[in-house]
Amino acid sequence: MKRAIRVTVNRTEHVLSVEPCETLLDLLRNHLNLTGAKLGCDQQVCGACTVLLDGLPVSSCTVLAVDVDARQVLSIEGLAEGQELHPIQHAFLRHSAFQCAYCTPGMIMAIKALQDQVPRANDDQIRHFLAGNICRCGCHVEILEVARAILGTPSTPPREVLP
Amino acid sequence: MNDGFAVGRAIPRLEGKEKVTGQLQYLSDLKIPHMLHGKILRSTVAHGRIKRIDASKAEQLPGVVAVLTRDDVLRNTQHKSHYGPVFKDQTVVAIDKVRYVGDPVAAVAAADAAIAEEALELIEVDYDPLPTVCTPEEALAPDAPLLHEFADRPEHEFADLKDIAGVSGTNICSLFKLQKGHAARGFAEADRVFEDVFSTPAAQHAALESFTTVAQFDPSGRLTVWSTVQNPFVIRDQLAELFNLPESMVRVIVLYLGGSYGSKQYPKLEPLVAALAHKARQPVGITLTREEVFHTITKHGATVRLKTGVKKDGTIVARDCQVYLNTGAYAEIGPRVCKKAGYTAGGPYLIPNLNIESRLIYTNCVPAGAFRGFGVTQTTWAHESQLSMIARKLNIDPLEMMLKNLVDEGDEFATGERIQSFGLRECLQKAAQAIDWGKKSRSTDSSKAIGKGLACAIKSTITPSSSSAHMRLNDAGTVHVYVGTVEMGQASDTTMAQIAAEELGIPIDRITIVHSDTDLTPYDLSTSSSRSTFHMGRAVQLAAQDLKRQLALSGTGAHSVVGSGTVNTNTLKAKGEHQTSAFWFAGAGAAEVEVDRETGLVRVLRYAAVVDVGKPINPVHCEQQLRGAAIFGIGQALLEQMVYQDGLLINPNFLDYNLPRFLDVPKELIAVLVEHPHAEGPHGAKGIGETAIIPVAPAIANAVEDAVGARVNELPITPERVLRALRAAEMDAARGAVLSN
Repeated sequence: MKRAIRVTVNRTEHVLSVEPCETLLDLLRNHLNLTGAKLGCDQQVCGACTVLLDGLPVSSCTVLAVDVDARQVLSIEGLAEGQELHPIQHAFLRHSAFQCAYCTPGMIMAIKALQDQVPRANDDQIRHFLAGNICRCGCHVEILEVARAILGTPSTPPREVLP
Repeated sequence: MNDGFAVGRAIPRLEGKEKVTGQLQYLSDLKIPHMLHGKILRSTVAHGRIKRIDASKAEQLPGVVAVLTRDDVLRNTQHKSHYGPVFKDQTVVAIDKVRYVGDPVAAVAAADAAIAEEALELIEVDYDPLPTVCTPEEALAPDAPLLHEFADRPEHEFADLKDIAGVSGTNICSLFKLQKGHAARGFAEADRVFEDVFSTPAAQHAALESFTTVAQFDPSGRLTVWSTVQNPFVIRDQLAELFNLPESMVRVIVLYLGGSYGSKQYPKLEPLVAALAHKARQPVGITLTREEVFHTITKHGATVRLKTGVKKDGTIVARDCQVYLNTGAYAEIGPRVCKKAGYTAGGPYLIPNLNIESRLIYTNCVPAGAFRGFGVTQTTWAHESQLSMIARKLNIDPLEMMLKNLVDEGDEFATGERIQSFGLRECLQKAAQAIDWGKKSRSTDSSKAIGKGLACAIKSTITPSSSSAHMRLNDAGTVHVYVGTVEMGQASDTTMAQIAAEELGIPIDRITIVHSDTDLTPYDLSTSSSRSTFHMGRAVQLAAQDLKRQLALSGTGAHSVVGSGTVNTNTLKAKGEHQTSAFWFAGAGAAEVEVDRETGLVRVLRYAAVVDVGKPINPVHCEQQLRGAAIFGIGQALLEQMVYQDGLLINPNFLDYNLPRFLDVPKELIAVLVEHPHAEGPHGAKGIGETAIIPVAPAIANAVEDAVGARVNELPITPERVLRALRAAEMDAARGAVLSN
């Protein structure tokens, strides 16, 4: 039986009729056509579907749509202010922190949560915070640079250039 | 070589903004009008005959439009039933037998995915179970059940596989042999002979984007397929054959891929989805679940037996390599993997007496196919591990032993050709330097020890092969470049645009890349084998030169000027010389690890990936390829394995299958580009997509032995295996002490 919910996604309120088995990811992708969050593992361990729910990072593949009634969702589509990219997005471009970029929307949202919640995170804390987001192309070094740049964490000095 | 106007510069990815805003469309983000949703019924037994299949109840479920079973495949005489890139041993759905748990048996197209899934449960299938074989040893036993009763002759679609054949009456799908000198005589001359066995498990590519295929037949009979593939032209040709259509009646379109690493090559979902769409008379789309991806394609599990004869000074005089590759239920592209693994199984060394036998073996496991490194990671795991073991026993520095035997530019390699453009010596030296080779480090924790290891790699690229590019000048001084190369994260679009901009002398923002659509882009064999920069990059350069030539002739910036460029590589070079590879990959890896003696846990502290890139078209993207491959390799070395129990894959998901995460990435991950330009590559560039992954596992295993004296011959190097190896080493030492008393 479908249920009506009222949810705010990227600062816009929506009234939607959802099936009890639908997930927040289904809601975003199928009801609202917001396809930035991706399905990766479907069991909350890869982070490709990460969005913020009331400011906290969640795997939208395992949150039920009926449970987001009266709550606030921020997805990658809501991060930029109009045409102006969010500083994290700028940093991703500057550090070339992606290859295939299938993990990128989730990774950016996870770093947004990191910035909001642990603004003074050191290197180990950054690694722990992002451990739930998989990047199979292996851009971890560049993504860590993004996180450090956003948080203002000093980065490890570059090694001497080899002769 | 000097940097140019666009080549050699760190130009950002063309599609960067779309990627960081989540606006880039992958296939599963696309909505095709009137598309039905498909689901696949898969075998629940590892090996068996299908006694009965009845889909009548499923067909009656409201919302179901079509159900595809063997009855449809057998009834339809217009279409063929069998396909496969080398041997036609795969069927659209299972006909007489199922050969692994997960083998597609039937498929449903319905109004939505939930209905399709419900319908699957209404299909009745009875199996007559057959004995199963899950390992090469079981499959080669004299009384082993045969997976394929009829050993088909290979279809000669690929020039490099003309000589491939299996052994009829056995589960040997293909066999490759290479001989040089006289192995027995070589062993007789050796001071010491070492024999060891090394194994690697099946593994997952684990591209975060799953497989998706959408197929649509027009009323005129034209077939359009959107699919997540690295080689759209191969898919086009296979579908044309299967559906009895001219190639021009099949169109394959590929959007950006969310990673692939070899997985999205050769037919996967396409034959089944197209057959389902044909029956449904409506477009049908299927996206696989993660569990289904695990049951679609894997890396080849392998066992390599190495026998190596050396002189006291470390000179290798003879080597025998016996390679066993588990290719699972279907040949797929396994025969090529078998051949490629064979070419370089002896390592990048000058060995006067060499005997290589590489066998591809059918088993009741998930089919294995192309995987970054293409069989060479498995053989390199063996020869690079053994080399360090031998050096240790001879009391020689492994680096010195490697350099002593190494193949250099101009040397004749095992394949009989003189190697050109090959900076492996420099790669090795720089890798060693990057981790301060020769300097001992101590852990601050007394229960832990630190060690260093080195490994190097050589690999061939598919030869012969072909790539073409077109280039169209628009009225506003902008240019469209048409390339079949698939952009899957490697930055091929940007690389091609940089080469075009350089040649034309125009800013990169005036260039638009049109990619991977068999109706629009000219022929390209595949985006694989690390071949795109070398082949397609050169084709783009030639197309730009052609465009300029035509403009000079016409004297105006006229409309509809189209330039074209084609690169064909061959096994016979212009001077009549033979070559097995249009260029050779050269790379080295150096690892510094910390091993916990109490838990057996291995942490990589420092890793250096050093690769001869020829010339970096874009240094940032080259370094990213190296670091990315290194992290991928760390996963393969320490974490990843597909685990089977009685023919059943028991960890088909990311919870139970461990992938490298941020905590597994070394604090220092160094990428070094070495430049030995290749005369035929664009600006000297060579391909680098696979090189850096190949030496990772042996470099780490060598570092583990250096740290704690324990040798692990089986991947992944798990804490349990390290502890077991530590116990074995302690017992050996105790025995040695008793003997010397």
